[in-house]
Amino acid sequence: MAKTSEVLLSPIFKDNPIALQVLGICSALAVTSKLYPTLIMCVALTATITLSNFFISLIRNIVPSNIRIIVQMTIISSLVIIVDQLLKAYDYETSKTLSVFVGLIITNCIVMGRAEAYAMQNGPYMSMVDGFGNGLGYSVILIIVGSIRELIGSGQLLGVQILPLVSEGGWYVSNNFFLLPPSSFLIIGLFIWFLRSWKTEQVEPAEFKMSKNAPKEVKADHA
Amino acid sequence: MLESYLSIFINAVFIENIALSVFLGMCTFIAISKKIDAAIGLGIAVIVIIGITVPLNNLIYTYILKEGALAWLGFPEVSLEFVGLISYIGVIAATVQILEMFLDRYVPVLYNALGIFLPLITVNCAILGASLFMVEKSLAFGESVVYGLGAGVGWALAIAMLAGIREKLKYSDIPDGLQGLGITFITVGLMCFGFMSFGGISI
Repeated sequence: MAKTSEVLLSPIFKDNPIALQVLGICSALAVTSKLYPTLIMCVALTATITLSNFFISLIRNIVPSNIRIIVQMTIISSLVIIVDQLLKAYDYETSKTLSVFVGLIITNCIVMGRAEAYAMQNGPYMSMVDGFGNGLGYSVILIIVGSIRELIGSGQLLGVQILPLVSEGGWYVSNNFFLLPPSSFLIIGLFIWFLRSWKTEQVEPAEFKMSKNAPKEVKADHA
Repeated sequence: MLESYLSIFINAVFIENIALSVFLGMCTFIAISKKIDAAIGLGIAVIVIIGITVPLNNLIYTYILKEGALAWLGFPEVSLEFVGLISYIGVIAATVQILEMFLDRYVPVLYNALGIFLPLITVNCAILGASLFMVEKSLAFGESVVYGLGAGVGWALAIAMLAGIREKLKYSDIPDGLQGLGITFITVGLMCFGFMSFGGISI
């Protein structure tokens, strides 16, 4: 049981797929300007990765290793087609907003990466747990970015006005900067900074060390 | 005619740059941009693959998947659009594989230069994304060739620029937590703002 919760929880902060493994960030940037499509995207990705890990793990022993990528691709694309069709049937408006990004779950490296790194070596149950955990790790970042962008950008959360806008007699001047897609890069960058200041073992070593004469080092020597 | 092709090309390279305006292929974009040589190698591989797969997928879409496209077989009402995703990714995976074998056999110099990047490209969402955008924009065959090349050139341009910046950036004094990934995200964000200034141009 301890192992299950370890596998489930470690991708959320300790080994986050977006912040540490740099996987699957494309969709994290493009769909997060409003919280609702973000949530739909998270559900779609978590469902896909959980099921794909499960099915790939089931057949891991009978697939010859030189065609495994094609087999994984086929399983993942079939699952994504199901998700895409379901979304078009029940929530057509959101599926228009997400446009090609639902289809792009196929090439989302988190799904392929987990299939290759975990599901090919472990049993179906643990693989499902791992897939779900990674889906959650992805969702946490997307939801944080989506909330920040919608709250600061338009003063709303899930379409409900939280901060009353000046144009409607309130006090909040909306910051349109956060509705622009590039702002999500800055938010994720700062989030990574925050995460690594908290869990310092994730810090990457600098490729190039400043020389001893740099002002900061001199100060450190005196202290 | 020529003007519309030119406008699709310019549009795909600058205004709708596939890396910096629609954010596709970001995983490889950030992972392989530490060295400028590797970045250019990958960029060229992407140009070649997008340039081939987008027109191919266009043909598949027009003659097999589109609603009514199977009329010649006697199925005028059949629409196979829902299997689009799996066919496009199949075409991409196959093209990458064939190109890899072809280069290995006939152009070993190029194979050695591109070799390690080719398998990476199957899972690069810029490639699949370009095909999906091609379907969404409902481009004709000729236009899809131009759009594919433009999208590839745009992506290659963006990764070469980012690699150039990162090579200089490693001499900067960056706070510990931002080192590596963090500062790269922020750099890419600023580059995106730069590319947004192309947004108002109409050709």
